Amino acid sequence: MHYFISPVLWQFLVNWLTHFALFPPEASAIAPYADALYFFLILISLVGMVIVMALVGGFSILYRKDRNPEATQIEGSTLLEATWTIIPLALFMVCFVWGALLYFRIYNPPANAMNIYIVGKQWMWKAEHPGGQHEINSLHVPMGRPVQLTMISQDVFHSYSIPAFRVKREVIPGRYTTVWFTATQPGTYHLFCTQYCGTLHSQMIGEVVVMKPDDYEAWTQGSTSGMSLAQNGERLFASMGCNACHSGNAGARGPNLAEAYATRVQLTNGSYAMVDDAFLRDSILNPTMHTTAGYAPIMPTYQGQISEEGLIDLVEYIKQLKSNSRVQQTLNTSQVQSQAQSPASSQVQQTAPATPGMVKP
Amino acid sequence: MSTIVTLPDQQTASLPKRSYLNEEYGLKSWLLTGDHKRIAILYLISITFFFFIGGAMAGLIRLELLTPPTDLMAADTYNKLFTMHGIIMVFLFLVPSVPATIGNFLIPIMVGAKDLAFPKINLLSWYLYVVGGILVLAALTLGGVDTGWTFTTPLSTHYLNTHVITAGLAIFVAGFSSIFTGLNFIVTVHRMRAPGMTWFRLPLFVWSHYAASILMVLGTPVLAITLVLVILERVMGIGVFDPAKGGDPLLFQHLFWFYSHPAVYIMILPGMGVISEVISTFSRKRVFGYTAVAFSSVAIAVFGFFVWAHHMFIMGVSNYSALVFSLLTMLVAVPSAIKIFNWAATLYKGSITFETPMLYAFGFMGLFTIGGLTGVFLGSMGMDIHLTETYFIVAHFHFVMVGGMLMAFLAGIHFWWPKMTGRMYPEGLSKLAALTTFIGFNLTFFPQFILGYLGMPRRYAAYPPEFQVLNVLSTAGATVLGVGYLLPMLYLVWSLKYGKIAGANPWQATGLEWQIQSPPLTENFVETPVVDYEAYDYEWLANKTKHEVQTVG
Amino acid sequence: MDSQAIATHPEQEHAEHPPYLRHHFATVEQQKETSTFGMWLFLLTEIMFFGGLFTAYLIYRNWYYPAFVAGSHQLSIVLGATNTAVLICSSFTMAMAVYSSEMRWRKALVGWLLATIVLGSVFLGIKAVEYHEKWEKHHVPGLNFSAAGFMHEDPNYPEDKPLPRDMAEKTQVYFSLYFAMTGMHALHMVIGVSILIILVIRAWGGAYTQGHMTTIENFGLYWHFVDIVWIFLFPLLYLISRHQ
Repeated sequence: MHYFISPVLWQFLVNWLTHFALFPPEASAIAPYADALYFFLILISLVGMVIVMALVGGFSILYRKDRNPEATQIEGSTLLEATWTIIPLALFMVCFVWGALLYFRIYNPPANAMNIYIVGKQWMWKAEHPGGQHEINSLHVPMGRPVQLTMISQDVFHSYSIPAFRVKREVIPGRYTTVWFTATQPGTYHLFCTQYCGTLHSQMIGEVVVMKPDDYEAWTQGSTSGMSLAQNGERLFASMGCNACHSGNAGARGPNLAEAYATRVQLTNGSYAMVDDAFLRDSILNPTMHTTAGYAPIMPTYQGQISEEGLIDLVEYIKQLKSNSRVQQTLNTSQVQSQAQSPASSQVQQTAPATPGMVKP
Repeated sequence: MSTIVTLPDQQTASLPKRSYLNEEYGLKSWLLTGDHKRIAILYLISITFFFFIGGAMAGLIRLELLTPPTDLMAADTYNKLFTMHGIIMVFLFLVPSVPATIGNFLIPIMVGAKDLAFPKINLLSWYLYVVGGILVLAALTLGGVDTGWTFTTPLSTHYLNTHVITAGLAIFVAGFSSIFTGLNFIVTVHRMRAPGMTWFRLPLFVWSHYAASILMVLGTPVLAITLVLVILERVMGIGVFDPAKGGDPLLFQHLFWFYSHPAVYIMILPGMGVISEVISTFSRKRVFGYTAVAFSSVAIAVFGFFVWAHHMFIMGVSNYSALVFSLLTMLVAVPSAIKIFNWAATLYKGSITFETPMLYAFGFMGLFTIGGLTGVFLGSMGMDIHLTETYFIVAHFHFVMVGGMLMAFLAGIHFWWPKMTGRMYPEGLSKLAALTTFIGFNLTFFPQFILGYLGMPRRYAAYPPEFQVLNVLSTAGATVLGVGYLLPMLYLVWSLKYGKIAGANPWQATGLEWQIQSPPLTENFVETPVVDYEAYDYEWLANKTKHEVQTVG
Repeated sequence: MDSQAIATHPEQEHAEHPPYLRHHFATVEQQKETSTFGMWLFLLTEIMFFGGLFTAYLIYRNWYYPAFVAGSHQLSIVLGATNTAVLICSSFTMAMAVYSSEMRWRKALVGWLLATIVLGSVFLGIKAVEYHEKWEKHHVPGLNFSAAGFMHEDPNYPEDKPLPRDMAEKTQVYFSLYFAMTGMHALHMVIGVSILIILVIRAWGGAYTQGHMTTIENFGLYWHFVDIVWIFLFPLLYLISRHQ
């Protein structure tokens, strides 16, 4: 092709055409569905516009004063009113149902989604992978696997937007919000903060990198900080003294946390709650409102003592907690350390002792 | 092209000897007036002043957006610009535009009364507006405010040290201006109608204002208390919106949008009232489906109160509550569609001419239809996820507010200019301005729909380079649009001295306001009218014209 | 139109044009009905205004009930009940003022209006005492708030168990709403008392005892409204889970 026009011009045209896109690349499984709804909406809008313009334009020409000097007074027509009430209503209902289905799909993650935590703060995005990979202003995800983002803000409202995936969710201080997607096309895509958050709102951008599974594996190996989130959480669990009450022993002052995630518990006020990420986070910050039935409301609050990243580490740890054996060991260790003269446990210490003073990771 | 304009013989015509304009002279007679017409003119001057300040800010915003990086001004300055642009345009221009100027001027005349129910409250309303405006200017000159017009907490309460309190107070005060205007209108329509003027003989302009007034009266107080809480949180640190103290920032969102959604209907309904009057006059026909249009206005007002959380679909509200709000949003779209079709049907078998108000009305019909339909895009929750917080939203609300409401305002100003001033504006120049505005508007805002779907976020001073072409188009359009808005300023002022004398009814329109002199007497009517004919009764008008009685002058 | 207009001001109606009839009203009846309607509409806006605060109260009380109980018990029932009684009495005196205006008893009107002012001021005085007490006890949110008092046994409040720290912190939300709601109410009282002073001065001059009662009646509506708001505030703020 470029024999017929100069290479410079060809480059310019290609750039202009590929850059002058009308919609972003479809890089997620849900993107085509979103685009389909969009095209439907454009279609009915076009039809509506054409009808209105045809009526206005047509009547203006047919009934202009020169052509029709005498107007005919018409009161109305119930039939017409009904028609142009019911047809738009029906079309809007289709938009409603379709949009609702799309919404529920985007905001209800599948059970097997892998979780990545996002912490937003003025003016950057931190991504925390469970394996201990930490990213700033970028997000590496594997292709073809459902990924759930559990997000929270450290300060003001932000919004995590990946236009190529057609997903977006507000990132709020004080509670987790989630969104999920399955990336389908390798490449690098825009990540924007779309909720005005202060001076450098326009700079709170980054890139989402979708990698083929092998490349993603390689990346996770190469980018890990050495400690997974759960390991960090285990360390915090001991250093903040959680193991003292949540030891898993019979008669312990706090409920057993092993395999507690994703179960329903009954609270002291009789209601039931699902132990999910939000419940765990809120229990740490507002324990009195989440006291399990049968236990006294004696858990202290850790509000102001743990950062959002620390809370994520703890939540991740408790999610993966299957048995209390290591909890017991840390408990014994700290008991041993506090009673220096008592016979030392014969068990080999497998966990690092709590380092006092190290609160926020 | 033929016209329906009928002016008195310009050689012998003159303005009436006595009118509300020359009844009394002196600044005090204007600043202490109870005359709704003078108060309308006071409002017209003030809102025009603020419109140009807000417009200048828009110009600067678009200039910055010519290039991808933040190179024209500091990021903070840009943030202040779009915040002040929003605050000024929403609270100091759009909300009072038609109601406080054209509504104030015409509602008493249209119902056959000598004045609004509470003239002193009307004047107080204007003073509250002025105080609000001065506070906004104070915030501006003291260094600006950069919260966005939506004052999102906790940004506005804890993370900014700009003049949030001043701006909040300004809107609080301006809000009471709006409440008192609405209160005045409702009471006037209920209690001050002339004998024989039943509800269903009222012009649709009055119905629209009545519906908008319900929203003003019931919705604005919620904004007021919300701003009080934000100010208390900033001043005292009370913590109602602070998660660290047990508060919930989402509560602010609910309270804020509970007003701010009805606010958009406060802004558009009076404009729709203008369109009813203009389309009817320039087709020489009664409005098709009067009852449907009247009830649609009220339906928009009622439904408008129940859709606020469609501004919060992605903010962590439960999926099920989002479902309810999306459904209601679809329902509130229907009455607007009904009105558009009724107006189009009014043209059928009419006798249509294309004077400037009609051109603006046509512009309204096209642009409001696009704006309204894109609202359906946004009300469809799954679609909203991708579109919200992008330039799609910016394009949507500018289409309805500028393409819709501002065009309706200009239609109304041109339509009733002869009544308010006794003079005609220059038709050729005004048609040019209308066309320029239409072209400029489309060039400015249509590319923004595309930008929005591409993902460009709103309130961004910088953007990825691939968005530049569309942004440049948009800025070019803004320049044209600016010219389109400047022209009326110039020729309308010119017409005050040099415009043709209009006479009582240059448009041959129905309606009580066209049966009295231009400009009207202070007391509007020499004798209280008795109404025994329907609204838009062109046959009655034809009959009467044959037995024309000279008006005072 | 003009040829069809029927004059609505025949000569005999001139006697019915008292000085207080504004020029844009046709009859005294219309003026009265209009201004009363206007006042009712204004009170509706006030309901929406307070409504925002009641909404916030509803939500937070649901979330933080124990903190609301503890906070509520810190308020003095004696002072609150006294204030309630004071306001109800002031509504009575206001109603008597309206009656006096209708009966054209000038001195009685002034007396009842003064009584209303006195009672309103007593209310505000007691409120000031309460606010001062809150300041002393470090219950003013943001400015000097301390939740320490709620975390320990208090000999003055033996039935109230100490709260855990996180719930004790939430009492700040309760007091925020307490100050916002009673503060807004007090502001309305201050405005009411100020208007009353103006009314007393004009009533003394005979303005409201010559057939023109609408102003007093409409102000009475406002005063009763402010009273009713307090009737809601008192149980919501003072009487949470009191079992005496």
